[in-house]
Amino acid sequence: MITFENVRKVYPDGFEALKGIHMTVAKGELVTLIGPSGCGKTTTMKMVNRLIEPTEGKVLINGEDIAHKNPVELRREIGYVIQQIGLLPHMTISKNVSLIPKLKGWAKERYLKRVDELLDLVGLDPTVYRDRYPAELSGGQQQRVGVARALAAEPPIILMDEPFSALDPITREQLQDELIRLQQEIQKTIVFVTHDIREALKISTKIAIMKDGEIVQTGEPNQIVKEPKNEFVKSFIGDEHSGSDCDGSRMSSYK
Amino acid sequence: MSVIQAFLDVLIERWDAILTGTLEHLYLSFVSVAIATCIAVPLGIILTRKQRIAEPIIGITGLFQTIPSLALLAFMLPIFGIGITPAIIALTIYSLLPILRNTYTGILGVDRSAVEAGKGMGMTNFQILYIVELPLSLPIIMAGIRTATVLTIGVASLAAFIGAGGLGELMFRGLQMMRNDLVLAGAIPAALLAIFFDLILRWVEVKTTPRGLKK
Repeated sequence: MITFENVRKVYPDGFEALKGIHMTVAKGELVTLIGPSGCGKTTTMKMVNRLIEPTEGKVLINGEDIAHKNPVELRREIGYVIQQIGLLPHMTISKNVSLIPKLKGWAKERYLKRVDELLDLVGLDPTVYRDRYPAELSGGQQQRVGVARALAAEPPIILMDEPFSALDPITREQLQDELIRLQQEIQKTIVFVTHDIREALKISTKIAIMKDGEIVQTGEPNQIVKEPKNEFVKSFIGDEHSGSDCDGSRMSSYK
Repeated sequence: MSVIQAFLDVLIERWDAILTGTLEHLYLSFVSVAIATCIAVPLGIILTRKQRIAEPIIGITGLFQTIPSLALLAFMLPIFGIGITPAIIALTIYSLLPILRNTYTGILGVDRSAVEAGKGMGMTNFQILYIVELPLSLPIIMAGIRTATVLTIGVASLAAFIGAGGLGELMFRGLQMMRNDLVLAGAIPAALLAIFFDLILRWVEVKTTPRGLKK
């Protein structure tokens, strides 16, 4: 369980990125942080693995204030997937995925077995892909490896920073579907940042809509669609939808 | 024709002097580049962590580079006297810039997303350096060392002026005695050395380029 207690972030230039947010993410939930750019969603996410430190307030994992934990050890218990993927180009897929288990001192047989399991899990045939280099894979395949890498050391929490937004629409849909399946299968706590409301409605168990460093509304997807708290939420859902091509069918599944 | 004939005669008669000169030349060049590498690579890494002071420091090494090589060697005379030590100091100063600049830009040029992913996954700063940044910038650092080596082999010819030996000694003796054959006996091996090491180090560069980065 992740708890944000009155978390504030002021950057040295005086910009107040977060204005004291409160939020709880229960175990096994897939929470999406969404909002216009500059709303603080990525800042909020990066506080969970201490890539950004709060100016005020606390972030707790299972009741323990993470400010007292060693950042390196903390991060090894939290999977991290980013939009730019960030695979190490000079290492094979197998080495990329097994990097953190190796640094954690796993035995070779154990992490090699784990690599094959994970590649299977994200839909890549290990015998085909294990010894390839990232440049030999498509963007979608690379991000599948990115997800496998995040899962490698069996972290209970996974952070995903717009992981699918640079992919083509078909691949994005596929990976969203697989994330939902994965989530049901492995029951991780996932914090997911996106600016795509359709993506949020599709994959989340809970959505937190943010604006100007504050959380405007949190709730289950259908709840947010049915009862938008104010004009901003209404227009945010509406705007995104008027521009999309298949909102009718997508929305209906939430009503 | 006669020059070539005379040159061949010098090769046969003075092969031991040429060999000694070549060995001295190599010694001067390698010790200097090795010292410069030991200074410039760690310094370059530190500068990527302290970017505010990077430009001034790289600027200073650039300043040394603009001093004509003969003048730099001459500056060494009043401070360190004559001989091998001042020559190595001057050549080291000369080799710093290409290695420093390539280390700095090489590491900064490493894909930031790979570094961020590494940090987010829980790598220590040192692990980010040796697992991510150094392997990915190694070809560029090697290119800096190659540039420095070729440069130093060239400038080392002038080290004979302050009594450090090397192939320059044959050239200067030839110049003083107006004997082109002697000049060539120093100049040709020096040129061959530079070309030879350029080729070798180019090969090393290709070898150190990680698989997966090669097209």
